Amino acid sequence: MKGTVRVSPLAAALTALAAVLLVPPLLSSGDSDSTGVRGLRVLVPNSPGGGYDITARTAVKSIEDSGLSSGIEVFNLPGAGGTVGLGRLVNERGNDKLIMSMGLGVVGSVYTNKSPSSLADTTPIARLIEEPDIVVVAKDSPYTDLAGLIAAWKATPGAVPVGGGSSPGGPDHLAPMLMAKAVGLAPRDVNYVPFDGGGELLASVLGGKVAFGVSGIGEYRDQIQAGELRVLAVTSGKRIPGVQAPTLQESGVDVDFTNWRGVVAPPGITDTARDRLVTLLTDLHGSGAWQESLRRNGWTDAFQTGPEFGRFLAAENARVADVLRELGLA
Amino acid sequence: MESFDLLMSGFGTALTPTHLALAAIGVLLGTFIGVLPGIGPAMAVALLLPVTYGLEPTGAFIMFAGIYYGGMFGGSTTSILLNTPGESAAVVAAIEGNPMARKGRGSQALAAAAIGHFAGGLIGTTLLVLLAPTVAALAVGIGAPDYFAIMVLAFIAVTSVLGTSRVRGFAALLIGLVIGLVGLDEMTGQQRLTFGSLQLADGIDVVIVAVGLFAVGESLWVALHLRRRPAEPIPVGRAWLGRDDLRRSWKPWLRGPLIGFPFGALPAGGAEIPTFLSYAVEKRLAKDKSEFGHGAIEGVAGPEATASASAAGTLVSMLTLGLPTTAVAAVMLAAFQQYGIQPGPLLFQREPTLVWGLIASLFVGTVLLLVLNLPLAPVWAKLLKIPRPYLYAGILFFAAVGAYAVSGQVADLLVLFVIGVIGLAMRRYGLPVLPAVLGVILGPAAEQQMRRALQLSDGSLTGLVNTPFSIVVYAVVAVVLLWPAANALRKRRAARV
Repeated sequence: MKGTVRVSPLAAALTALAAVLLVPPLLSSGDSDSTGVRGLRVLVPNSPGGGYDITARTAVKSIEDSGLSSGIEVFNLPGAGGTVGLGRLVNERGNDKLIMSMGLGVVGSVYTNKSPSSLADTTPIARLIEEPDIVVVAKDSPYTDLAGLIAAWKATPGAVPVGGGSSPGGPDHLAPMLMAKAVGLAPRDVNYVPFDGGGELLASVLGGKVAFGVSGIGEYRDQIQAGELRVLAVTSGKRIPGVQAPTLQESGVDVDFTNWRGVVAPPGITDTARDRLVTLLTDLHGSGAWQESLRRNGWTDAFQTGPEFGRFLAAENARVADVLRELGLA
Repeated sequence: MESFDLLMSGFGTALTPTHLALAAIGVLLGTFIGVLPGIGPAMAVALLLPVTYGLEPTGAFIMFAGIYYGGMFGGSTTSILLNTPGESAAVVAAIEGNPMARKGRGSQALAAAAIGHFAGGLIGTTLLVLLAPTVAALAVGIGAPDYFAIMVLAFIAVTSVLGTSRVRGFAALLIGLVIGLVGLDEMTGQQRLTFGSLQLADGIDVVIVAVGLFAVGESLWVALHLRRRPAEPIPVGRAWLGRDDLRRSWKPWLRGPLIGFPFGALPAGGAEIPTFLSYAVEKRLAKDKSEFGHGAIEGVAGPEATASASAAGTLVSMLTLGLPTTAVAAVMLAAFQQYGIQPGPLLFQREPTLVWGLIASLFVGTVLLLVLNLPLAPVWAKLLKIPRPYLYAGILFFAAVGAYAVSGQVADLLVLFVIGVIGLAMRRYGLPVLPAVLGVILGPAAEQQMRRALQLSDGSLTGLVNTPFSIVVYAVVAVVLLWPAANALRKRRAARV
C-alpha cells in the first residue's frame, strides 16, 4: 500500500448517490405564484420535529400543493424557548420575505429567558390552530371528577403534585397556575413538576407518580380511547368532540385556556407587504389541502388575522405576565 | 406464536425489492449524514424527513429505520477515527476507539463497532418482539426515585473511568458538572451561569462539550507539540479482525444489548448512561485492565452494542405507549402523525402491517448496515493516512461544522473553542477528559431526577427510597462500595492467622 489517499470506486459511487438524493430537496426553484409572495422564508424557532416545526412544514406543504406560492424555504433557529429565533426576527426589521412560526410557548419564554425582544415588536399575521389542554388522571386514580380533585388540591397543594410537559412559562405550566388562581390557591403553592415533553409526563400519569397531569390532547387521544386515562376536564371554553369531559367553566373553574400556534412577521414592514402575507395565509386557510391537514393532525382550526390577532397576542401577553409575576419569573 | 406469524408477514412486507432498496438507501444516507459530527441520528432523520414525503407510510418507516441505524453507526465512525463524537451515545466509542485508530487498528475498531451495532440491533429488536408489552408495563412503574438511584450507581461506576489519579479525576468531573449547570433551571425557570446570554439559556449541548474537549483540545495539543516530534503518518494496518480480537469482543457484543435495551425502554433512560455503564462493566470484567485507555477493543464492542440495543428499546415505549423517549423517537412520532397514524396502545391492533413491517425492517436494516459498512471500514480508516497537519486541520474544520450544525448558532462556535482551550489546559495538567464529559451528561439528569423525586414526596427525604427498585439499586451500590473494603479486611485477617 502506498501512503496516498485513493478514493475507491465504491466510495465515489456512494458519494454520488448521496449527492443525487440529497441535493434536490435542498435546492428550491420556481417562482410561479398567485398571491405575489415570492421567495418567502419561514423561521422555525425550535428544532426539527417540534410543534412549531410541524405546523410550519405542514402549512408550507399545503401552500405549495395548492399552488398559492412556491419555493418557500423553512429553516430552524432553535434556542431559549423560541426567543433566539424571535430576536433574529425582530432584527430583520422591514424584511417582508420572512415570517416566523410561533405559539403560546414563546410568550412565556420571553419572560423566563429575560429576552430583550418581545412579540409586541413583531407584526402579527395570523393565528392558525389551537389545541386545548386536558386535566387527566390514570384510570385507577382516586379522583373521579374535577370537584374531588380540586378539593384535595386546595387542602394540601404540596401533596397533590401536578405534572406538565413544559418548563415554567410554557402552556402546561400556565394552565394549572391559572386554574389555581381561579379556585383561590396561590400559584406559588402549586407543586408543579415539569417533564421533558408530553411523552415522559404520560408515563408518570399512567404510573400514578403525579396526582394529575395537564397536557395537550394530541399525544393522549389513543390512551383515552383505550381507557387507560380519565379526562377530568378540558381547559378550552368548548368541549372537544369525542372526549367525554366537561370544560373547566362547566365544572365551576373560571378558566378558558388553549395552546395556540400562529405566524408573525418582522417589525417595520409596509402595510401592502403585511396585507399580502395575510392574503396568502387566508388563501391557505381556505384551501382543501390545509383543511385536510387539520383533520389528519387533529388540530382545531383557530384562524384569526391582522389587528384581531394583534389584540389577542396583547391579551395573552398580559395574562401570562400576570401569572409569571406572581411566581417571581417576570 | 401469534407474534411470530405477524413478524413473518412483516418480513414479507419488508423484503419486497422496493422496500429493500429504500432500507439500503436509508442506511447509506444515514451513515453519510451521521458521519458529520454534531448531526446525530435525530438530526439525520429530521433532515431526511422531506425525502420520504413521496412514499407510502410503510416504505417511509422502513427507510427511517435504515437512516436511524445508519446515523448511529456514522456517529461512531468519526468518534473512533477523528476523536470527534457525532452524537452523545458515541462519546464512549472515542475513549478506546480513537487510541486503537492511532495505533493503526482503525479498521478493527470500526469493524468491532459495526458488528457491535449489528449484535445490539439484532438482540434489541428480538427483545422488542418478545417483550414489548411486558417491558412497557414495567417501564411505566419506574419513577424519579428509581432513576436517581440508577444515577447514583452510574456515578459510582464513573470512578472506574477516573484515570490513575483520583484527585485529578474528580477535578475533571467537577469541571463537567459546572458546565452542566449552565442554562435555565428546568424546575423553576431561573437562569444559572448564563450571564444574560440567550444562547446559553438552553445549556451547552453535550456534543459541543465532547467535540470541544476531545477533538479541539486534542488538535491544539498536537499543534503545540508536533514540531518537537517528527510527524509520522498514522499506520493503517490490517483490515480485518484477528482471532484474538474476536475472542475478546464476542462477550461484550452479547453483554452490551442486555444493558442497553432496558435503558432504552425506560421513559427517561436514553443511550448515554448505559454506554458508560457498559464501558465500566467491560473494564471491570476484562482480564487485562492495563490496556484500557490505550485502545482496548472490549471498550468499543460493548458500548456500541449497547447503543444500538437502547435504540431498539426506545421503540418499545414509542410503539406501545406512544411515548417518544428520545429525540429520534419524537421525530418518528411526528412522522407517524403526518401520516395520520396515532401511536399508542392500540397501534399494534390498528396498524399491524405497518408495525410488523417496521420491526422486520429493523432486522433488515441491521443486516444491511453490517453488509454495507464492513467493507467500508478500511476505506474510512484510510482517512488517517492524511499527513497530520492536514488531518488535524480537517478535524478542526469538521468539529466546527458539527458544533454549528447542532443548532445553527455562531455563539456555539465560540463556546466550542472556549471548551477546546479548557480541553488543552486539561491535557497540559494531566486531567482526564472523559470524567468531564460524563459530568455534563450525568449531572443535570441526576439533579433533575432527585429534585423531581423530592417534589413528588413534597420534600420528604423518604421520597428517595420509597420504591423497591430504588432500594435494590442502593443495595447494589453498597455492595460495590463495600466489596473492596471487605476484601481487604478478609486478607488482613488471613495474613494475621
